[in-house]
Amino acid sequence: MINVYGWTLRAPTVVTRLVLATAVSVTLMVADHKGHHLERIRGALTVVVAPLQWLASVPAAIGAGTLGFFTDKRTLEQTNARLREEQALLHARLQQFESLEQENTRLRQMLGSATRVAERALAAELIEISQEPFTRKILIAKGEDSGAYLGQPVIDAHGIMGQVTQLYTSQSRVTLITDPGHAVPVLVNRNGLRALVFGTGNPDLLSVPYLTAAADIREGDLLVSSGMGGTFPAGYPVATVTKIVDDRNEAFLVVTARPVAKLNHSKQVLLVWPGAGTTKAAGAK
Amino acid sequence: MSPNPSARASVSVYTSFLIAILLAVMPLPLWAEPFRPDWVGLVLIYWCMAAPERVGVGTGWAAGLILDLLYGSLLGLHALGKALVAFLAIKLHLKLRMFPRWQQAVAVMALLLLNQLLVVWIRGMLGKAPAGISYWTPSVVGMVIWPWLFVILRDVRRRFKVA
Repeated sequence: MINVYGWTLRAPTVVTRLVLATAVSVTLMVADHKGHHLERIRGALTVVVAPLQWLASVPAAIGAGTLGFFTDKRTLEQTNARLREEQALLHARLQQFESLEQENTRLRQMLGSATRVAERALAAELIEISQEPFTRKILIAKGEDSGAYLGQPVIDAHGIMGQVTQLYTSQSRVTLITDPGHAVPVLVNRNGLRALVFGTGNPDLLSVPYLTAAADIREGDLLVSSGMGGTFPAGYPVATVTKIVDDRNEAFLVVTARPVAKLNHSKQVLLVWPGAGTTKAAGAK
Repeated sequence: MSPNPSARASVSVYTSFLIAILLAVMPLPLWAEPFRPDWVGLVLIYWCMAAPERVGVGTGWAAGLILDLLYGSLLGLHALGKALVAFLAIKLHLKLRMFPRWQQAVAVMALLLLNQLLVVWIRGMLGKAPAGISYWTPSVVGMVIWPWLFVILRDVRRRFKVA
C-alpha cells in the first residue's frame, strides 16, 4: 500500500488485473480487426521481436544446411539431370505458349472482346512459415517498398498460393488459400461452373461448399480462379477436386479439393499485379 | 549474471519464458505440428502456481502479446488467452500445489483447453474457426509432458531460489 496525498493506493488485485488485461486485449483485437490503424504499431513491434523469430529458425536452418552439405554427388547429378530435362520441356512449352497467346489475342480481336491484360510479377523469397497452430500464413521478403499492397495475389509456378494480408516496410504476411479464414472464387475449368474454394486449416485440403447434387462437378476437375471479387486475376489454377460425397441427407455436396500450388514446398513465390502492363518498370506503385 | 539473488531469480524466470516462446515458434515439420504443446501456457501455469507474487496476469498477457506478434495473429488474441490462464492458475495455486502430480496434470490440461476454447471462440466470431479434432491435441500433449516439465522447472526454482 502506498500513501499519496492522503489517497491510499493499493496494488491491484488479480481480478482487477484480469479485467484490465481483458479490456486492453479486446480493444486491441477490435482495432486490429476493424481497420488497419494498428499496422504501423504492429510493424514496429514486429521489428522488435524479429530477433526471436531469427533465433527460433536457427536449429532448422542448421539442420537443412547440414543435410545440404552431406548430399552426395550422385543425388546432385540426378537433380541436375532432372532439372535440365524439365527446363527443356518447359522451354518447348513456352514457345508453344507464345504462339498460342498471339493466336488467342488475334481471335479475341476478331471477336471484338476485351483482351486479357498482361500481369506484372515480382519474385519474393519466403522468410518464415507462421507457426501459429491451424492457421496457414507465410512471411515473404517483399513489402510496401516494393509496391506490394493489401489483398495482392501471390502465386507460385503451379497456381495461386494466397493473398497479402499484412503489409510491413520490406516484408509482408501472406494468408494462404488453405487458411480457415480464406476463400477464392473459382470456375470449374471443364464447364465454367462457378464455385468458392475455402481453406480448412489442413495444409492440403480445401473445401468447396454450396454445390448441390445437380452441379456438374467430377473428381479430378481443375478449378481455376474466376477473377470475380477482383482480388485474384482470372484463369490461374487453384485446386483439383479430389473427392465428392453425395449424402442425400445434406442439402449440399461435400466436395474436397487439393491445392495446385506447392504451398509446402515453394521457397520462391511471385507477387502479381493484376492488370498492370508488363512494360511498367518493376517497383512502381 | 547479477550477484543480487532476486535479480538472478527474475532472470531465470524470464529465460524460461524466452525458451518457451522460442519452442512455440520454432519451425516444425507439418506432421508434428498438432503434437507441439502450448509451451508458453505450461511455463506460465508453473510459475503462477509456484511464484504467484512474481508471475501473474501481466506476465501472461505480455507473453501472449509477443506470441501474437510472432504468429502474425489478431493482436491481443493470445494475450487474452494467456491472461485468463494466469488468472485461473493464480486463483487455484494453493489447490494445484496440493494435488498429486497426475491430478495436477489433468488440471493443467483443463486450463490449456480453456485457453484454446477462448481462442477458437474468438476466431469463430471472425469466421476463421479451425476445424478438426487435431486442434485440441496440444493440450493433451501438454498434460502428458507436465510431470517432466514440473520437475525441470522445480529444479530451476530451487537452484535460483525463486519465490
